[in-house]
Amino acid sequence: MRKLLVISCLLLIVGGVSLSFRAERKKNSYAVLPKDSVGSVKAFMSVYKVLMSARCMNCHPAGNAPLQGDDSHIHTMNVKRGEDGHGLYAARCSNCHQAENTAGLHMPPGNPKWGLPPENMKMVFQGRTPRQLALQLLDPKQNGGRSKQQLIDHMAKDDLVGWAWHPGDGRTLPPMSRAAFAAQVRLWIAKGAYAPSAKAK
Amino acid sequence: MITLTVNGQKHDIDADPNMPLLWAIRDIIGLTGTKFGCGAAQCGACTVHLNGEAVRSCVTKLSRAAGQKIVTIEGLSLNNDHPLQKAWNEMNVPQCGYCQSGQLMSAAVLLRENPNPTDQDIDDAMSGNICRCGTYQRIRAAIHKAAAMQMEGAKI
Ligand code: FES
Ligand code: FES
Repeated sequence: MRKLLVISCLLLIVGGVSLSFRAERKKNSYAVLPKDSVGSVKAFMSVYKVLMSARCMNCHPAGNAPLQGDDSHIHTMNVKRGEDGHGLYAARCSNCHQAENTAGLHMPPGNPKWGLPPENMKMVFQGRTPRQLALQLLDPKQNGGRSKQQLIDHMAKDDLVGWAWHPGDGRTLPPMSRAAFAAQVRLWIAKGAYAPSAKAK
Repeated sequence: MITLTVNGQKHDIDADPNMPLLWAIRDIIGLTGTKFGCGAAQCGACTVHLNGEAVRSCVTKLSRAAGQKIVTIEGLSLNNDHPLQKAWNEMNVPQCGYCQSGQLMSAAVLLRENPNPTDQDIDDAMSGNICRCGTYQRIRAAIHKAAAMQMEGAKI
């Protein structure tokens, strides 16, 4: 009886270890295809169109104020980024922006993480050329310390990124579905994560 | 039942969790110092403190406020003697008064976090609080005065 117990314990441990190895491998691997700079750049150009759409770019502004609306005008009320990206003093994002969209036209959209990138990692999209944005996204010093896998996960699964596809009343959607967007991100990276040439627009 | 703690007092409220906090404060609890301006987080008249942050109660649902610490203008100080209230009084800041409880609640967060704000800091904190009477210059002056009083008080 005791032998049986010991053996089954051993089996459990071995099983657990191999499972965690598998999880580990899954966490760090992403699809890799033969290098293909033309295909990779083509995929990135679709990614770029999404990132430069108002739903994404408005919270990745060049200045210290968020943008609003499909015309990406500067947020009214003089709100500012603040050190943590969540505003200043009485103008913190979550003072108006709830954990969910507030229903109705021109009402504050919402998400539990609502905010801009922080002061020390601004991750600016506004004004970036395709080449500049691709290189910035791939650089852990400028992308929030993300590996390629984490970059894919952020684009494909992050809840605040996902808000762009559920933006509430009266806001246009990015130019493709989230699934299509995530697929293009994966393709861009799988084919070698090439940055477009400086001339690409 | 939703339990709200407003100015240190517990209230058990039988209301829809989607009801704006402002309605419960004014219509159920009966504290009418907090005002309704726009109902769309655009003006700041409804500003109260939720765990110390200057939230707009017209878009804050009861479900978010439940069990949290809420302070309204009635609870800003025990005897209307917050340095901001004293400065407001001395400088006759209000005209019609409608926006002023929101202005005070926003200014209180500013002064707590930045005891000696510059004009720029005041702009950064207060631009979202609209005053249709245009008392902005007096608001600015009174915040500077309150900051001075607060620092004076801290020395004693
Ligand atoms: S009434 Fe809430 S911001 Fe205007
Ligand atoms: S004093 Fe009248 S709205 Fe501000």
